[in-house]
Amino acid sequence: MSEILSQYGFIFLVLACVFAFFMAWGVGANDVANAMGTSVGAGAITIKQAILIAMVFEFAGAYLAGGEVTSTIRSGILDIEKAGFEEAPELLIYGMLSALLAAGMWLLIASRRGWPVSTTHSIIGAIVGFAVVGISPDAVKWGQVWSIVASWVVSPLVSGLAAFLLFWSVQKLILDTADPFRNAKKYVPFYIFLVGFVISMVTLVKGLRHVGLELSFIQSTIFAAVIGMFAMMVGIFFMRGIKEDKHENEDFHFASVERIFGVLMIFTACSMAFAHGSNDVANAIGPLAAINGVVQSGGVFAAESKLPVWILLLGGVGIASGLATLGYKVIATIGKNITELTPSRGFAAELAAATTVVIASGTGIPVSTTHTLVGAVLGVGLARGIGALDLRVVGKIFLSWIVTLPIGAGFSIIIFFILRAIFG
Amino acid sequence: MSNAIGALFGRSPIRPVQEHMAKAQNCVALLGEILEAGFNNEWQKAEELFQAISTAENAADKLERDIRIHLPKSLFLPVARSDLIDLVRYQDRMSNRAKEIAGLVVGRKMQTPENLVGLMREHYQNALNTSTQALKAINELDELLVAGFGGREAVFVEGLVVELDRLKNKSESSQSELRSCLFDMEDSLQPIEAVFLYKVIDKIEEIAGIAYKLGGSLLLLVAR
Repeated sequence: MSEILSQYGFIFLVLACVFAFFMAWGVGANDVANAMGTSVGAGAITIKQAILIAMVFEFAGAYLAGGEVTSTIRSGILDIEKAGFEEAPELLIYGMLSALLAAGMWLLIASRRGWPVSTTHSIIGAIVGFAVVGISPDAVKWGQVWSIVASWVVSPLVSGLAAFLLFWSVQKLILDTADPFRNAKKYVPFYIFLVGFVISMVTLVKGLRHVGLELSFIQSTIFAAVIGMFAMMVGIFFMRGIKEDKHENEDFHFASVERIFGVLMIFTACSMAFAHGSNDVANAIGPLAAINGVVQSGGVFAAESKLPVWILLLGGVGIASGLATLGYKVIATIGKNITELTPSRGFAAELAAATTVVIASGTGIPVSTTHTLVGAVLGVGLARGIGALDLRVVGKIFLSWIVTLPIGAGFSIIIFFILRAIFG
Repeated sequence: MSNAIGALFGRSPIRPVQEHMAKAQNCVALLGEILEAGFNNEWQKAEELFQAISTAENAADKLERDIRIHLPKSLFLPVARSDLIDLVRYQDRMSNRAKEIAGLVVGRKMQTPENLVGLMREHYQNALNTSTQALKAINELDELLVAGFGGREAVFVEGLVVELDRLKNKSESSQSELRSCLFDMEDSLQPIEAVFLYKVIDKIEEIAGIAYKLGGSLLLLVAR
């Protein structure tokens, strides 16, 4: 066992927990709001309901489907052997601590200035940064990094296309028919089924071995269909009370129809929170998992080590506390801004984004939930579904995407050298 | 706080355009009251109504400017930006015309010959019907947005615009009827009085004409 590890191991672990909690808190305070704001803005749920849904489903997403992305961040980006971590495991600890602190700091600065930066981009930039400058360019698995970067381009495109098609189907099946209200009651349950089915299918196929559930593909399909049916029943129960109100339809003919879509949006809000939890919690706890692995094993790198449950819990609690302390305020601000998004569009955007993110989570690719959702909203816009979209914001997001990588890297390099100077 | 999603949504121009149309229509409606006050020689009341139409027209102008300012090129809209600006321009022209006519009537204390009052009322009513129909069509804009500017809703709006065409023709025929009546009695009128009446008759017809063009550009906006 390395001398530094035995001397400072516990301190490293405590520091990592603090930094990871801070990062998860930031994700909860800021990022979750982007995922939930659309539902609040569309008037489908209240802020209190949004927080409740977020807490339950973010946690479920992190616990049930967050493992893959966590292990990518923990051990998929760096090449343990080529980086020489076996001889000097403390370098990995310094690096992961710097990555956490760098990404956390950059997110704090950026969100204070109102820049739309992504947690995912910050942490990946920071990890690659310390590895290239602090260790050697060979320490990075470049193939893996490039495929992650490519997914950042692909994920908004895919969710945009999915949202376009979903909204187009809604226009054909419901909105552009002689009796939109009756057709909404007829078809919305199928969309609810789709939400439940797709999300659980991806999660099940990816595997739930860590909670002691092992299913074949056929079993997974049946199980997912059962969950979809259950969601559909609950949806039908909620929709039962919605009656067509001629009075509210006088000014706006689709008012009653939108109330039906409001029910659908409760389900897509849950799926969005689940998707976000499954992908973004890893940004905070992935580095912590790496540090914990090194400290617990005393510097021995096991081929495959299990992700301890307490780490997932720490991530989940961090996100929940971020939501409770600051997140609700951000949700409220976003909700006020997007009153133009009605439930018939909001659901299409959310379902498309949630599906894309959950698929990415299943394959262990860290993507930005916010960017994926932006892609989905643009997809609905292309179907002539939204009153006005500010393309300058899309430009800003793209710019922040480019800027975040070198800045996250820069911060992490500086912190890495400071840590190495302190602990030797 | 960074919230990309919140900032992504611009202010939709659809509702403001509809509000603007309601304001323009209000000006046209006020013109009717002014004409009535004039027929009854209640010039005090007409003066007050003229103040009201001025205020209403100013409010419409202000809203028009506001709509234009909030339509930067970077905004991604479900309809062509230029089509939307055309709509607002016609709407604004409608309120301008109504105020102009009101100014003429009140400024010169227009005396309508007894036997023309009925026709004049009818002529104004035709113009008002046309602009009311245009208002009805513009009020479908938000439904058009929900339906994605196509399908049944678009067909429905086309129907409204066809009716607009019929109403405008009606206003044209009441215009020619009024003009020929006026021609027959020209000898009994002061020349300046007659010229002035012709002008008011034509301008009232223009309101219907603008409403008609408004319908045309609404169809263009839907078609693209």
